[in-house]
Amino acid sequence: MPLRPEERTRLKQIALEIRQQIVEVTAWSGGAHIGGALSMADILTILYFNYLNIDPARPDWPDRDRFVLSKGHGGVGHAVTLAHRGYFPKEDLREFNATGSKLGMHLDSSKAAGVDVSTGSMGHGLSQAVGLALAARVLKKPWRTYCIVGDGESNEGSIWEAAMAAHHYKLANLTAFCDRNHMMIDGLTEDVMSLEPLAAKWTAFGWQVRSVNGHDFDELAGAIEFARANGDGPVMIIADTVKGKGVDFMENDPAWHYGGLGGELLAKARASLERMA
Amino acid sequence: MSTTEGGLTWTVYDADKLTQREIYGLVLTELGERHPEIVGLSADLAKSTKIGTFGERFPERFFNFGIAEQNLFGVAAGMAKAGLVPFVSTFSSFASMRACEFLRTDVCYQNLNVKVIATHGGTSFGSAGATHHSTEDLSIVRAFANLTVIVPADGIEAAKAVRACMEVPGPVYIRIGRGFEPRVYDSEDYPFEIGNAVEMCPGTDITVICCGPVVYHAVQAAKILREEQGVSVRVLNMHTIKPIDEAAILRAVADTRRIVTFEDHSVVGGLGTAVADVVAASGKGCAFEKAGIPDEFSMHGYPEDLMHHYKIDTDGILEKIGEVLGRDFEADEDWEDEV
Ligand SMILES: Cc1ncc(C[n+]2csc(CCOP(=O)(O)OP(=O)(O)O)c2C)c(N)n1
Repeated sequence: MPLRPEERTRLKQIALEIRQQIVEVTAWSGGAHIGGALSMADILTILYFNYLNIDPARPDWPDRDRFVLSKGHGGVGHAVTLAHRGYFPKEDLREFNATGSKLGMHLDSSKAAGVDVSTGSMGHGLSQAVGLALAARVLKKPWRTYCIVGDGESNEGSIWEAAMAAHHYKLANLTAFCDRNHMMIDGLTEDVMSLEPLAAKWTAFGWQVRSVNGHDFDELAGAIEFARANGDGPVMIIADTVKGKGVDFMENDPAWHYGGLGGELLAKARASLERMA
Repeated sequence: MSTTEGGLTWTVYDADKLTQREIYGLVLTELGERHPEIVGLSADLAKSTKIGTFGERFPERFFNFGIAEQNLFGVAAGMAKAGLVPFVSTFSSFASMRACEFLRTDVCYQNLNVKVIATHGGTSFGSAGATHHSTEDLSIVRAFANLTVIVPADGIEAAKAVRACMEVPGPVYIRIGRGFEPRVYDSEDYPFEIGNAVEMCPGTDITVICCGPVVYHAVQAAKILREEQGVSVRVLNMHTIKPIDEAAILRAVADTRRIVTFEDHSVVGGLGTAVADVVAASGKGCAFEKAGIPDEFSMHGYPEDLMHHYKIDTDGILEKIGEVLGRDFEADEDWEDEV
């Protein structure tokens, strides 16, 4: 089902608020992985506010859909999304990074409500997602598993081990996204360790692949609808995104993989998002 | 010592302004001038570990493998087989765990000349939390035969260790911090030899054995105890975890009969365990305690807070020394050799 105009407007508004909150948390926490959090904000928004079958009041509800942030350093984006969805009060975000708080840079599933899986070391999340998807089959449960993988993260051999397994076991209940922002820490993915032809790689590994604009809710919705209807095996949605999306001076600058914000920069970041509205 | 390269003038006396990682990058670059066999390797952490400094100077001798640590160590082994000397840099959690078997079986089993510079050791990654803390790396890599394991106390010692590891004809693992650890040494003018502990403070009542960023705090604690309570604390900077300086430990047992170890690492299997092995084999009575991260996953937080929480800062060391000084144990027949 295509998005209705009011749904699209609502998602855009939520994504904007999430981006604004990411900027604020980055400012008061002393620093965060802001670039990659902003690039995947629209994917998180459409999943958490349109598709995931979840109940924030019951984070442990056994039949809930599962979400795995394989690029675990995006924890700041995930935490903000969970707070907006009602898993915990937004005030808790004040404690992001603080000693002993529930919310660290890489979210801990034993501490933060709504976090299904702890991640942070690259190349582990997709394997855990395969495990969750296989478990649904064994337990005859209806849940679907969604996972966001980083493009740089896709250098890890374990991503491709998981890819092989998901195809082998024909995990149609598994949908993965690649946050294709074309950047990692040391620079552009194609300069550091080339990934292309990325879609052909996933296809060769037996996945159905959809390539979309990762900031276009209609395209994202179309690809997710395709994955939900598809009964054959796992689907990879390669979402073309912009690292730092929404904050003009961060966009496409690898230096903003991780950073802090204060004073004039913070004001500029806020103003840039205001213009997005 | 100073070096001028590509317009860059730098002395290790700038250690106050440079992090251990920055110093490492500069020293490696300087070594690279003299050793054409050195190659630099990283896994999307060239900037973060500062091996990128070497890469800028020697682009044809620097290789980034992307986020793929297993491949990183396998490739290093292949290069070393052909006579090159790879310096491999990534965070210590990933060097010791993500690439564990590649380090053990490809590099150590074949006794290859690979130098691992593992950064962000212990809990120094602070708010990044347990996924990025390496509180098990020393236990893990200490068990690998052929591997030399070094934990420098500060930037100056990191510089010395990086130079010294070139003299070791086999694999070396050097674990450094994130930076911003306070400086322990005033100058490079002290004897650094792999395998020989440095006595930072002489003492006869109790011996503190420590490594890495904890050394600074142990020295502070020893000063306070000497000045305020007249307690004489020997502080040994055990910068080499393997091979461990058995002689220095045995002297400490005989001379002080009380030993406490402190490390930014789990109490399971690291420096403390290495020292305990020697103490136990000495056959002498000795009040002994290991301090560090307990057998649990470390919490996230600001690095200073974590050191305080795990009682490996000056306050924690003072408290623990007090405890161990008050402990009773049975004297053995060699008791009179206590000084
Ligand atoms: C195994 C492992 N190696 C290295 C790192 C350090 N690290 C954190 S984020 C990152 C780059 C991630 O790039 P990408 O997956 O493209 O994420 P994005 O650009 O979307 O932030 C690296 C190397 C890590 N977390 N885990």
